[in-house]
Amino acid sequence: MPLRAIFEWVGTTPWSVAIHESLWLYPIIESIHVLGICLFFGMVMLLDLRLLGITLRTVPVTDLTKKLLPWTFAGFVPMAITGLLLVYQDPLRAYDNYFFQAKFVMLILAGLNALAFHTGIYKRVADWDRDPVAPFRARFAGAVSLLLWAGVIIAGRLIAYNWFQKT
Amino acid sequence: MSILVFFTALEHSWLGQTIQGSIYIFPITEVFHLLGLAVLGGAILLVDMRLLGLGLKNHAPQQLARDVQPLMKGALIVMALSGITLFVSEAVKCYYHQAFWFKMSALALALTFTFTWRKKVLRSASAPATQKLTAIISLMLWSSVGIAGRWIGFE
Repeated sequence: MPLRAIFEWVGTTPWSVAIHESLWLYPIIESIHVLGICLFFGMVMLLDLRLLGITLRTVPVTDLTKKLLPWTFAGFVPMAITGLLLVYQDPLRAYDNYFFQAKFVMLILAGLNALAFHTGIYKRVADWDRDPVAPFRARFAGAVSLLLWAGVIIAGRLIAYNWFQKT
Repeated sequence: MSILVFFTALEHSWLGQTIQGSIYIFPITEVFHLLGLAVLGGAILLVDMRLLGLGLKNHAPQQLARDVQPLMKGALIVMALSGITLFVSEAVKCYYHQAFWFKMSALALALTFTFTWRKKVLRSASAPATQKLTAIISLMLWSSVGIAGRWIGFE
């Protein structure tokens, strides 16, 4: 399998080995990853719950999207960089792990869901900006987003456990 | 020494032994702990950022704090329950781990600060400098709790 071979090779590169073998780098990278999750998921969740009409009902939706999006991004960047580093330091652990594969799929689906939201119902946000509960398609996107990102966190945490490891 | 005796008893209790005996309970509890952390982080960040003059600037901090209060409290309950479960199964390891004691101290400070001073600042219209300082202290305390918590998992 060529893709697996690439992952295997990446794991033999000096920097990958250096991170893998370092006593301090791994915990530091992992801590930044968790703090990034806090900021990223915290902001995403607030928007999703607002769409569902659960929190911040009197705050216009565009306030959240315009003012919190930069912070969502500020959480996403360190989270993504440290996430890539966590794969980079032991690529095969990720490649052979069902939880990692599930996480990868859910990440893509979450991205597609956000894209569908922003190019779909959100285009007409002016019509429902101040509604305490957003229209069905927006609520649907919010619920899907919450479930997928929660799934990403769950699968991510479980990568550390090899319940169904292929060997 | 009596703390160590107590922690040892906890770990050897029925609950401690059940968690230790299962390969699933600890990881699943960790998942809840982490989801709780993300929700708690969001609820605290939104308000602290607002106190710093960032994010939802055209809404009063008081209103935001009131809105996300149920999220914060709910997340704290989930975190406490899952945290205690994690702790019971490895109480003795925690006893010898500096990160655990650091986290518990930071947690005590963070909770006290949040439910006394920060709550007071969020109830009234405080001076901007007071608001900013409150937010900075809150963020520092809670991130110390988070980082130290993650560190308990490392030897």
